[in-house]
Amino acid sequence: MKSGFYEAKGKHRGILSWILSTDHKRIGLLYLFTMLTFTTVGISLGSLLRLELIAPGETIMAAGTYNAVFTLHGVIMIFLFVIPGLPAVFGNFCMPLQIGAREVAFPRINLFSWWLFVAGGIIAVMSLFTGGGPIDTGWTFYAPYSIKTGTNVTLAVFGVFLIGFSSILTGLNFITTIHRLRAPGMNWFRLPLFSWSIYSTAWIQVLATPIIGITLLLIMVERYFGIGVFDPDKGGDPILFQHLFWIYSHPAVYVMVLPAMGVVSDIIPVFARRTIFGYKMIAFSSLAIALLGSLVWGHHMYTSGMSDTAKVIFSLLTFLVAIPSAIKVFNWISTLYKGSITVGTPLLYVLSFIFLFAIGGLTGLVNSALATDIHIHDTQFVVAHFHYTMFGGTAFGFVGALHFWFPKMFGKIYSEKIAKTAWAFIFVGFNTTFFPLFMLGMNGMPRRYYDYLPQFQTGNMIATIGSWILVSGVVLMVVNLYRATQKGEEAGSNPWGGASLEWHVPSPPPHDNFDEIPVVETKPYEFKY
Amino acid sequence: MKQKKEDIHITGYKNYLLVWLGLMIFTVLTVAVARIDLGSINFLAAMLIASFKALLVITFFMHLLYEQRLFKIMVFFSVVTLAIFIGLTFFDVPFR
Amino acid sequence: MNNTSTIESHKDYIGAKMGMWLFLFTELLLFGGLFLIYAVYRYSYHGGFQAGSGELSTIAGTVNTVILITSSLTMAVSISAIQRGNRKLCLAMLLATILFAAAFMVNKYFEWGAKIHHGIYPGSPELLSNDHGTVLFYGLYYVMTGLHGLHVLVGMVLLSIMFFLVYRGRIDSTDFVKLENSGLYWHFVDLIWIFLFPLFYLIT
Repeated sequence: MKSGFYEAKGKHRGILSWILSTDHKRIGLLYLFTMLTFTTVGISLGSLLRLELIAPGETIMAAGTYNAVFTLHGVIMIFLFVIPGLPAVFGNFCMPLQIGAREVAFPRINLFSWWLFVAGGIIAVMSLFTGGGPIDTGWTFYAPYSIKTGTNVTLAVFGVFLIGFSSILTGLNFITTIHRLRAPGMNWFRLPLFSWSIYSTAWIQVLATPIIGITLLLIMVERYFGIGVFDPDKGGDPILFQHLFWIYSHPAVYVMVLPAMGVVSDIIPVFARRTIFGYKMIAFSSLAIALLGSLVWGHHMYTSGMSDTAKVIFSLLTFLVAIPSAIKVFNWISTLYKGSITVGTPLLYVLSFIFLFAIGGLTGLVNSALATDIHIHDTQFVVAHFHYTMFGGTAFGFVGALHFWFPKMFGKIYSEKIAKTAWAFIFVGFNTTFFPLFMLGMNGMPRRYYDYLPQFQTGNMIATIGSWILVSGVVLMVVNLYRATQKGEEAGSNPWGGASLEWHVPSPPPHDNFDEIPVVETKPYEFKY
Repeated sequence: MKQKKEDIHITGYKNYLLVWLGLMIFTVLTVAVARIDLGSINFLAAMLIASFKALLVITFFMHLLYEQRLFKIMVFFSVVTLAIFIGLTFFDVPFR
Repeated sequence: MNNTSTIESHKDYIGAKMGMWLFLFTELLLFGGLFLIYAVYRYSYHGGFQAGSGELSTIAGTVNTVILITSSLTMAVSISAIQRGNRKLCLAMLLATILFAAAFMVNKYFEWGAKIHHGIYPGSPELLSNDHGTVLFYGLYYVMTGLHGLHVLVGMVLLSIMFFLVYRGRIDSTDFVKLENSGLYWHFVDLIWIFLFPLFYLIT
């Protein structure tokens, strides 16, 4: 029954053969399932938030609970799903296959980083039930509140620290792998664009994550010893905390979205049966986004009391990031132009990605412009904006990737019909949930409150109903994929007719990926038929 | 894990001793300079000397001189990243 | 990167070193966050930093600088020694490095101990009676030298393991990348101290 890397090998059996495995494919799946677990919690919390907001006043939870729930929703979704999601799952599973390697450069470190991830996740969730109760700082842990509140910040922050360390090790592993383990002939311009995006992402992980590491450590030290660096009573500067926090957390949004862009660049050519338009531009724009994305963190702080000089400079720099992002979008559309397009489920998700990310990106410009941001800062507009980029962007990219590589991972094919129905639910539900928030925010409804003025009720009601459609779509999608693993038809090695290396090996791939390391002679998107 | 001959450069003990001597001289120098009051130049001098010492350690003790060009680019890139992080923050603090 | 294509196995000498360097970059940025904070507060509270620095013993700082730089020398020599197949010299130099590290920590212990004895530690009423700049100076002093000291301790453990591996012949003139990587780590610890020393002990 079991084939490929599912076949038993090595000294461990059963669950141990998974959680002690150094096989990059098994580790990729471990990440997938751990993330699904955490994400289920995160989505449930999100739905509860929406339910609370269906009517003004207290509906199902009190103010304090609401604060804890939105904090945990944010922490789980950001640190346990959208940041590590694509690199850890698909970077692990596909990248070595795409570059023609048998393994990542440091397989044992790879396993270790999964363990760190699980430990961090469990600790973060545990902080709910221990100490001074669930944290209520928001996922941003802003000082000085986070150093003064009696809730269990220390433990939660420590959990996030471990997750960050896991992310660093993954990044370090991928950079070395892509530099050192490419197959013969796999030069940089034959690298599939997903691997390119993973490479750029890995650099952000390595260079930006330590900054949040030290910031979180300082929060802990501050809480225990009161050194004063973020405490205004002792001369510390809380705005400096925001600087340090966003020096990481802004590049982190590119850790979230770059791999999703890589997925888009890999899926579109396969379903349009055309080679990608502007390969080099897409590859370099990934690096440009990684670079420029590290220079713009201040645009989260326009209302913090930062200097006017800094505001102007950060606003200017922020507009620059729009350029490489737009380059990618134009290239994708040019690739589709005159292609012979098959509308498979992965393509549907990818097209939605472009549509939703365009909305998310353009409303991002509204945020990055100094004058307009003052009006919409800390309103539901911002909530809508980042859900359009993170959910509409990263999560749609993630689900697209899941549908694209699912046959490779499990060797089975899912029902296209149900998959498309689920997509329709998710797409409609998503827009119904988050589009009204743009309007609400424009009209002045602030974020992070459990209550609101009566004039905001219609919008909130629509959004809450949308969340139900959205969740039912997600459930349908998961059921469909689960059914496929049990009863799906055999997928064969190349169900979509892809040209990159991962489609040249059987599905699921064998233990060491390739019987013989292939010699690469073509570009990744040259289709024979 | 056999190492290929051409990858390895063995530095002589004497060279290391010279580097150490250089580092010692700079240490003495930095302490001496700190005792003279030069105003804001003091800080600049201390940082310059420290950077030069760091360069010595990276180039010789850490062998960067004999590594591939890629390694040098990476080191340069990382240091520049840190400099940018600190530099951009200074568009805020002095202008408040 | 022209030799990349010939390498199949993931046991790869240059790859291993690349991984170590990447790790050191993350370490650099980890300390980098603290250097950023230091820079901002030194800019804002110049006087307080000066006063705080005046209380630190320049002699203790200088001695520790000399110790750490010398330990870097012995570390580098131990790698050259193993590359030439001189196991005895390698072991002797490794031992010297570990002993220097221990000396550094002992010195640090007395330095911290004396300060704490005088009631100068984070959150102490004695310290808080000073102005904001001095409070922050000592806050950063304890955090930065503390984190550095932690790295020295980790280095001592790491080098002890290396000592054992060399002793057992698991590291020799054909396979020494572990020792080399430990060396890189140790030099990095030295590097951080090279900056910490003037930043804390030599403000005038």
